Amino acid sequence: MTEATLSPPLAGAPSLISWYEATARQRLAALLDPPSFDEFLGPDQREVSPHLPIFDLPEQFDDGMIVGRGLLDGCPVLVAAQEGRFMGGAFGEVHGAKLTGLLRAARDIPGVTVLILFDTGGVRLQEANAGELAIAEIMRAMIEARRAGTRVVGLIGGRAGCYGGGGLIAGCCSVLVVSEQGRISVSGPEVIETNRGVEEFDARDRALVWRTMGGKHRRLIGGADLFAGDSVDSFRAAAITAIQRAEPFSQDVLAAEQARLKERLSRFGACTDATEVWAALGIERPELVPAMVTDDFITLANSKQEAHRGAR
Amino acid sequence: MERLSFLHKAERRAGGRRPMAIVGVVASGNLEVLVERVLPSTECVVEIATTAHGFGEVWRAVVADFVERRSPGGLKFSINDGGARPDTVALRLAQGARTIEIDTL
Amino acid sequence: MGLDDILVSLFPFGHDVVVADDGLILGSGFFAAERLAEVVGLAKRTALGVEGALALAGRLLEILGRSPEGPILVLLDSDSQRMSKRDELLGLNEFLAHLAKALILADLNGIPTIGVLYGHTAAGAFIATALATRILVALPDAEPEVMDLPSMARITKLPLAVLQDKARDTPVFAPGLANLAQTGAVHKTWNPSESLSAQLQELLMQLDPGGDRRDILGRERNGRPKAAEIASRVEALARSYA
Repeated sequence: MTEATLSPPLAGAPSLISWYEATARQRLAALLDPPSFDEFLGPDQREVSPHLPIFDLPEQFDDGMIVGRGLLDGCPVLVAAQEGRFMGGAFGEVHGAKLTGLLRAARDIPGVTVLILFDTGGVRLQEANAGELAIAEIMRAMIEARRAGTRVVGLIGGRAGCYGGGGLIAGCCSVLVVSEQGRISVSGPEVIETNRGVEEFDARDRALVWRTMGGKHRRLIGGADLFAGDSVDSFRAAAITAIQRAEPFSQDVLAAEQARLKERLSRFGACTDATEVWAALGIERPELVPAMVTDDFITLANSKQEAHRGAR
Repeated sequence: MERLSFLHKAERRAGGRRPMAIVGVVASGNLEVLVERVLPSTECVVEIATTAHGFGEVWRAVVADFVERRSPGGLKFSINDGGARPDTVALRLAQGARTIEIDTL
Repeated sequence: MGLDDILVSLFPFGHDVVVADDGLILGSGFFAAERLAEVVGLAKRTALGVEGALALAGRLLEILGRSPEGPILVLLDSDSQRMSKRDELLGLNEFLAHLAKALILADLNGIPTIGVLYGHTAAGAFIATALATRILVALPDAEPEVMDLPSMARITKLPLAVLQDKARDTPVFAPGLANLAQTGAVHKTWNPSESLSAQLQELLMQLDPGGDRRDILGRERNGRPKAAEIASRVEALARSYA
């Protein structure tokens, strides 16, 4: 019943499928070796949110989180994928518990890799307490797994980005792959504007959103390790590379991360805009970064900001 | 949430051997369709949970037309609907039936 | 119960815990004659930004380097994460995750981490501090809040009164200590009129050896009906393929 759970592929070769536009199931189908995906607690199990009916909101049979196993380039992987179109990919009780369970198993499977396809606005409002706790449980399970040697690779480039608690989980992964569309942030643009005013952050200024939270900025400051184009093919290639780069978690890694973040604060702490950060990195024409094509950007990023091995 | 259920007789069993397929996502104006091969081969059931109240007759017509065209015998369709238009519903039902009929290569 | 009173009751054998200008709590105290607890935290409803998270993590790393017996207490009266363009520009998610990792690692290294929620906390600051500890206790007037109801009303377009009404039937979305205790986030509420030092010692004696049991607690308290079962079923399925 392997393939039975997959949606039909989008038209065109995998290289042409936009990661941003694809559904979570389409991403999984094209990312993994076909037909290797096997889902745990699939939609036919109907493990829906017990809380959405309180708000008369529609359920989704997988609660917006697909977990299972498969092969990537011949290697066994555990996978989790969020559906950003359903409830903004937000973490609720069932949605989160599926990932927690997957990571708890991963801790005890020697050498296994976990791929997480993030696409989330953060905590699901209608079950906020359960969602917040789920995020804490996922982080705990992820660090335990990484300490035992499990590699956790995060892939970020979906419609909902990776916001709120999703950003904190991403910060616990061994390696992150991000595309230009992959925004990573704790407070979203609207949240900052609502709380601090439009002078602090104009959420309607899309260029500001992309350069402050988008994938290019995250790659340049070392918040993500690898940059991918917006295609499933590009994400697949980056994920295969990312697995090789993943390092286990330890006290030395934590100390290296402390040094890495401290250096970031001292280098860029006085900057008021991403273009100033990029200029401080030594990029001669920072205003050209947003329009750069993928390959040129990867070359630039590799020359200006090496991925920090063993500091995440 | 409004819940609707339609039982139809189908002329013949749907093709293929897959036990299950799922298409679509639940979002505003969109829906998911879970297709399961769990019924006798001349029956078809469509169960719907929808946020849009009072469209039972529209659903009845869309489902009847779908069963007439595809004859999806043996299939149960379970729908979570975020208020999709009838043409989107028809498209997803057809997509679901097509997906479960594709045999493993 | 204010911070000063808490420190007096927690550390009858003396302490050097101070609140810095930036709202960070740092220091240590003797909760028994020969037993020292390290203390970190946030006071005065301080929002947690990049500098605060890095400073707290730095202190934790320094404590980890000494391999103390513990415990490490995380005292908390905070705002949410600091909401600003600058914090996000600098990658606040990494700083908050870094702090959480430091706390989780301390516990994995065998140093018990105990959150003591005595005031407010919310959202990202809550996850990076109190929810990254092994055991979270609260004082009765604590005000944990994932999402405030007026904001929820705005986003869900439901009247505040309707939300308040729904909140009576379920602990799953509304703010407050009772709701977070029921979902399994807060293990225990301490009695402020009895010695906090004695209650801390009792807690340390009852620590069970391992695992995150918050989902089971949430099920036992009827706060999270499905999380524990879903997690354990997925765990079993994933293991069966190993």
